[in-house]
Amino acid sequence: MAHYELTTPVSEAQIRQLRINDTVTLQSALFGIRDATQIHMFDRGRRTRFDLSGHAVIHTAPNVRKVEKSAAHPAGYAPICIGTTTSDRMERFTRPLMTQYGVRIIIGKGGLREDSLAAFEELGGVYLAIVGGTAALETTWIEKIEDVDLDDLNPESLWKFRIRNFGPLLVAMDSHGGSLYSSVKQDTQARRSQVLAGLGVKA
Amino acid sequence: MRVDLKTVEETAKELYIRALKVLPPDIKSGVAQLAAHETVPTARDVLATMVTNIRVAEETNNLLCQDTGVPIYNVVIGSGVEVDGHALKQAIRTGCERATREHPLRSSVVHPLTRKNDHTSCGIEVPVIHIDFTDRPDTLSIEMVPKGSGSENNSFLKMAIPAEGIDAIKTFVIDCVLAAGGKTCPPTIVGVGLGGTSDLCVALAKRAATRALGTRCSDPEGAKLEEQLSAAVNQLGIGPQGLGGDSTAFAVHIELAATHITMNPIAVNMQCHSARRAKATFTPAGVSYGF
Repeated sequence: MAHYELTTPVSEAQIRQLRINDTVTLQSALFGIRDATQIHMFDRGRRTRFDLSGHAVIHTAPNVRKVEKSAAHPAGYAPICIGTTTSDRMERFTRPLMTQYGVRIIIGKGGLREDSLAAFEELGGVYLAIVGGTAALETTWIEKIEDVDLDDLNPESLWKFRIRNFGPLLVAMDSHGGSLYSSVKQDTQARRSQVLAGLGVKA
Repeated sequence: MRVDLKTVEETAKELYIRALKVLPPDIKSGVAQLAAHETVPTARDVLATMVTNIRVAEETNNLLCQDTGVPIYNVVIGSGVEVDGHALKQAIRTGCERATREHPLRSSVVHPLTRKNDHTSCGIEVPVIHIDFTDRPDTLSIEMVPKGSGSENNSFLKMAIPAEGIDAIKTFVIDCVLAAGGKTCPPTIVGVGLGGTSDLCVALAKRAATRALGTRCSDPEGAKLEEQLSAAVNQLGIGPQGLGGDSTAFAVHIELAATHITMNPIAVNMQCHSARRAKATFTPAGVSYGF
């Protein structure tokens, strides 16, 4: 269990060194992405002008305030509360994010499934777990909203955040076939019959 | 007692913002209790982060979670209260809209087919407003629950049959908690509705999921089952955020209603660890806020 400080964009080699249960703190840029963003990008043929190659995306739709554009708020938005949503709904977008845009890090909560794990292994990617529902804390790791694209989908726009000391995040799915969610799932399924027997349920 | 509708509007606005920022004391101590008993190191770290977040939200006067949820208002009207019911619902709706625009808050509410967001947290039939009555004199209370989608997306109904008995209830609850895994932002309050019709059963599950920790089902058989299931779900090993551990749920809560001789309905609705709610009580002395 090692801790890594990574500055985005990252290389494949930097991702391949990460193993489940390691922790990571991110610096530099982070892109916010969500259901509608990805439905429009991958089902409706829209493209983003952002270069996501080697970058990290986080499953989010933030609370923001519209403000005058300034150095502090270059996109015309001030962050209010930025947190992380359940990743599972966006499972089928992992692979196209990686093959079409070169994304290497997905940050989310609750985990992704087998196809994402396979994509991480084939293409060199990683899933970093953040603690869901701790958005007040997460917001303190975000310096500003640097840019925004596909903003007609607001709040599910494609957001570019400037981050500082974003983490620690837990490596929950790595590029070597390791997934904490798979092992917890196996373990919990194995306990099911014992728990039901304890409740007096006849098999 | 006559209720001033302008005050209701202000209160509906204030309640939405309060609910999003300040966690009720029973939930705070619930997190602390789980943290004290958790044996898995990763799970302990996760719970510690949740405790930190509660503090940061209070210190920075910020929302606990970015999910502003689907706004739900539960109104209970006491005896001797004079209020125009239709205008009351309108005042709550306006207060909800104003909270969204004036704070501002992320509007998480869209049309189910067009997916259009009016950026008001309101839409057809939303905010959800439930109205009930009590014999308590000269009191009107409004509870506000911003129901987050991570947990709401894991809602289940099974129309079991009498021959499947209580075993069906126990098995269904365990299987729902397993199916939800880490997606509900555990530790959760697992709300279970038993009996009634299908719609009442689901409503009971929601009522159970949003009940304060430490409260018990008013039916003794229901209370007994709550206790058994609360211990059982925490033996599954799902843990906080589904990353493994002892702390899968704060508790299992049950609400029940009579049902048909041929029916055995079971509903499950979960509330995430950020189990937010706020309450305002109107009396002749004025409005007071609590949980």
